[in-house]
Amino acid sequence: MAPTVARPLEPSRYRVARRRVETPDMVTLALEPIDAPLHEGLPGEFHMMWSFGVGEAPISIAGLPADDGALLHTIRAVGPVTAAICAAEPGDVIGIRGPFGSGWDLETARGRDVVIVAGGIGLAPLRPAMVALVRDRERFGAITLLVGAREPDELLYLEDLEAWGATREVRVAVTVDRASPDWRGEVGVVTRLIARHELDPEATVALVCGPEIMMRFAARALVDRGLEADAIRLSMERNMHCAIAQCGHCQLGPDFLCREGPVLPYSRLEPLMQVPEL
Amino acid sequence: MTVRDIRDLLETQPTFAGLGADELDVIAGCGRNVHIPAGTSIFREGEAADTFFVIREGRAAVEIRVPQGGSLVLDTLGPGEVLGWSWLFAPYRWHFDARAADDIRAIALDGECLRDKCAEDPRLGYDLMQRFAQLMLDRLQSARVRLLDLYGSRERR
Repeated sequence: MAPTVARPLEPSRYRVARRRVETPDMVTLALEPIDAPLHEGLPGEFHMMWSFGVGEAPISIAGLPADDGALLHTIRAVGPVTAAICAAEPGDVIGIRGPFGSGWDLETARGRDVVIVAGGIGLAPLRPAMVALVRDRERFGAITLLVGAREPDELLYLEDLEAWGATREVRVAVTVDRASPDWRGEVGVVTRLIARHELDPEATVALVCGPEIMMRFAARALVDRGLEADAIRLSMERNMHCAIAQCGHCQLGPDFLCREGPVLPYSRLEPLMQVPEL
Repeated sequence: MTVRDIRDLLETQPTFAGLGADELDVIAGCGRNVHIPAGTSIFREGEAADTFFVIREGRAAVEIRVPQGGSLVLDTLGPGEVLGWSWLFAPYRWHFDARAADDIRAIALDGECLRDKCAEDPRLGYDLMQRFAQLMLDRLQSARVRLLDLYGSRERR
């Protein structure tokens, strides 16, 4: 879990240093601090991002300054706030609060195999975990990255995917829902990749992020492969507002996802995922 | 390659895992080892579905031709997976195209031969039908999940 943030409700100003269009509705912003920089954060944690005068939204950390030279966030335009953040240009000022929440806790995965399953923009919060795994490669067993997207044009971080796959230290498989015959990857749901890849269930930790239905199916597929529910970590999303477990907007059963989550073990989430309308 | 060699290859394939030696021998009698170069058309929509494939190496793409356009890939199948089940049901015609996305090594099984063997030995027929029903169930569930347009969901930012 992130250390206590000194002034959790007060945004710090960051300037947009670079903006990269990932897909028609997703951009990655590289941010540099104007005020004193915030605590660096850990893979899996999130920030509350302000578009001043519009509002704020919770956005996962996609890259850490120590790894990428700037704080990276990949944002998908799904409403007025995220659309305004996506529209920010280099030089514009964005407010940031955080970091908040629980991360992927890679320390407890040391010495074990790691399977990462990402769907769509779910690759964003997993990216810093992948960067850390590749950087500290010798501390982990086999690393497998399984990525699903709707179409090839909607895949995030193509350069990273190619670089990770080229190292041969990481098994990378990408699947899309639909493609033309010139597509060289797989076609089908990402859960099919789980069935196809070798894994040692007793030695494996799985990190899963994507739309919740995808995560439910992915977690089931991992359990079918013999993984314990405790070894499967999902990054959940609800409507985080205050991010300090006060407002209750992100409550999921007994947990506030901004504090206990967003990353929680499937053993804890499975019964909650069965509750209608929760 | 002998029937015994084919049987040994079949034994390692998940679809036939757990079958007895006698049953594997019967199935192997309908099989042959094939190599399909990358890019080759394996079968086309509307053709007689007389052979199906257990892929050992490489990937096959299941495709559909789009009117006034090229093709769309509906599915890719890899090692350990079965390409084709239209050989099981009348009128025994393929519903889609299949193409070798990579160099493929596979066991090709004669559908009519296997249907005859199953008719002669209903126990084997029931066993195989259960295995193919499981395979079809898995593909149906995958297709349903894809209908949800998972990654297009607007929930995650």
